[in-house]
Amino acid sequence: MTFFLEQLIIGLSSGGIYAIMALALVVIYKSTGHVNLAQGELAVFSTFIAWTLVQMGVPIWPAILLTMIVSFIGAVILERVVIRPFDEADDLVIVAVFVGLFLGIHSLAGAIWNYEVKPFPSAFSDGSVQIVSDLSIRAHTLGSLLTTCVVLAATWFFFRYTRLGLALRASADNHESSRLVGINVSFMLALGWGLAAAIGAIAGVMIAPVTFLDPSMGLAPLIFALAGALLGGITSPFGAALGGLIVGVLEAMISAYVPYGIEFRELIALLLILSVLLVKPAGLFGELVTRRV
Amino acid sequence: MTTGLNEPANRVHEMPDFRPSARFWARLGYGAAAILFLAATGTLQGYELFLASSILSYAIAAMGLNVLMGYNGQISLGHGAFFAIGAYSAAICIDQFGMSFAFTPIVAGIVGMAAGWIIGKPALRLEGVYLALATFGLAIATPTILRSDLFAQWTGGVQGLFLLINPAPKWTGLDLDQSIYLTVVVYFLAFAYVTLRLVRGLNGYAWLATRDNPIAARAMGFDVTKAKTRAFVYSVLACSVGGALQAVAVQFVAPDSFPFFLSISLFTAVVVGGLCSPLLGPILGSAFIVLVPNVTEEVWQGGSWAVYGAVVILVMAIQPKGLAGMFAWLKFKVAGQSGS
Repeated sequence: MTFFLEQLIIGLSSGGIYAIMALALVVIYKSTGHVNLAQGELAVFSTFIAWTLVQMGVPIWPAILLTMIVSFIGAVILERVVIRPFDEADDLVIVAVFVGLFLGIHSLAGAIWNYEVKPFPSAFSDGSVQIVSDLSIRAHTLGSLLTTCVVLAATWFFFRYTRLGLALRASADNHESSRLVGINVSFMLALGWGLAAAIGAIAGVMIAPVTFLDPSMGLAPLIFALAGALLGGITSPFGAALGGLIVGVLEAMISAYVPYGIEFRELIALLLILSVLLVKPAGLFGELVTRRV
Repeated sequence: MTTGLNEPANRVHEMPDFRPSARFWARLGYGAAAILFLAATGTLQGYELFLASSILSYAIAAMGLNVLMGYNGQISLGHGAFFAIGAYSAAICIDQFGMSFAFTPIVAGIVGMAAGWIIGKPALRLEGVYLALATFGLAIATPTILRSDLFAQWTGGVQGLFLLINPAPKWTGLDLDQSIYLTVVVYFLAFAYVTLRLVRGLNGYAWLATRDNPIAARAMGFDVTKAKTRAFVYSVLACSVGGALQAVAVQFVAPDSFPFFLSISLFTAVVVGGLCSPLLGPILGSAFIVLVPNVTEEVWQGGSWAVYGAVVILVMAIQPKGLAGMFAWLKFKVAGQSGS
């Protein structure tokens, strides 16, 4: 039972990170209709920035905050310069551009920080927390779970109760009408990218202490986040976050209980993606995007 | 359907020229090219032969993927998985059953098509970006499956398999590199012929119609599902044969030879080479993905990723029809100035 509880908490904790990544995917999908394949690489790049700041002696929390700001600005520029010119292009071109972006960011990270695996300091104390008599959990695991809750709550609050959040939701829903009521849609699209990058940066600094930091770190989280986002519905922030948590728990349980499960985690994500897309393409809480032909 | 760019990247304008004289010259050109490829067996040496074999085996894969992405408009980011399946089938045939290497691509093709059918059956119900996402997952999952201890008995696990390849019999006078290259060329020519026949025939029209307007295609009496499945299965066949030939050329397979990056490389080869250019595009594209890492990896590890990324975005921005499109444009400019 203790073992089960331990796995559950570990699953929820990594699920939380997937939830944050999934949320970042949803923010971009909602505002532009693109699935950002480079999201994982963006998060890794941000994490490297945080790592550099920490190496320079900046305490971890200010470093994370600074990283989020830098990521936000960087992503806004990226959207303006690289993505915007392809705004109306067809699917193949968009996918190709995202693949190009993915490769570019990945190798830029490799070129600046090289491919050595680096330890990343946890934002929380190093010890573990005793919950019940024989159940102790790493402080980082609990801390990242807590962070997830805060990020999700903050995002929800931002979208639900602020003018800017309302404007973002409006322009995601309908570009034309939003323009008519005076919303700067073009600014909102860039803002969506910036927000997604800032949120992704949090996911990066939370996962790096667990998996260690190297340029390929973003690949596995991305596919789990993608599975989570599709499971919950890629149009629904709440659904995507829940989907991320479910995927995290599923991953932990399969790694713990199924023989060879650890080796086939990515395959599970693939199967999940396939089955969701086939059985319920809208996901659990999403709305079906219909297209006129 | 309106797009911001003037036209989709993979639109085919020119129909092949059907005048008898044009057809004659075209055939002569293809024949000359085929003889040139075969004759290279004698003139190239050692490492050049290996590079040429690599390029042509990637070109086979790219030809298939070009049919899927260019002609049929389905986006796949995961065909490296089928490349790996082909390579491993060939490797296991040689390693376990001592099969002659020249026939392994046939087995690989059959195994690959079976795998492609299993994966394609559900995946083909997805469209556009969603198929890209599902295959993206496939690309990420493949290396972990190859690395698994579960199949290590067959695949050699993390260490991989060294392949013992015997050169052609003595009386042919071919050494090992030459026999491998010649085998690759034979398969390449076969695929070039079949691909041309397919895309210029009724199948090609069915693919184009399905891509451009599925509903109209259905109304015209094309079986849309069948057309999509055929394009997918053909691309998988080409990829697994290409993979088998690549494994033979390298004489070694290991999980690290088929990273996630491989799928992206194949995608890059097709996009950079030129969508809907059935032969020239894949050859140029695969030359690109084989030769660029040779240069860049010496300068900076992972540098080829940067070059791929930059080139893909540039190609999409400047000439969505890739290198082949640029050649066609040049040809048009030159011919336009002298002729009309």
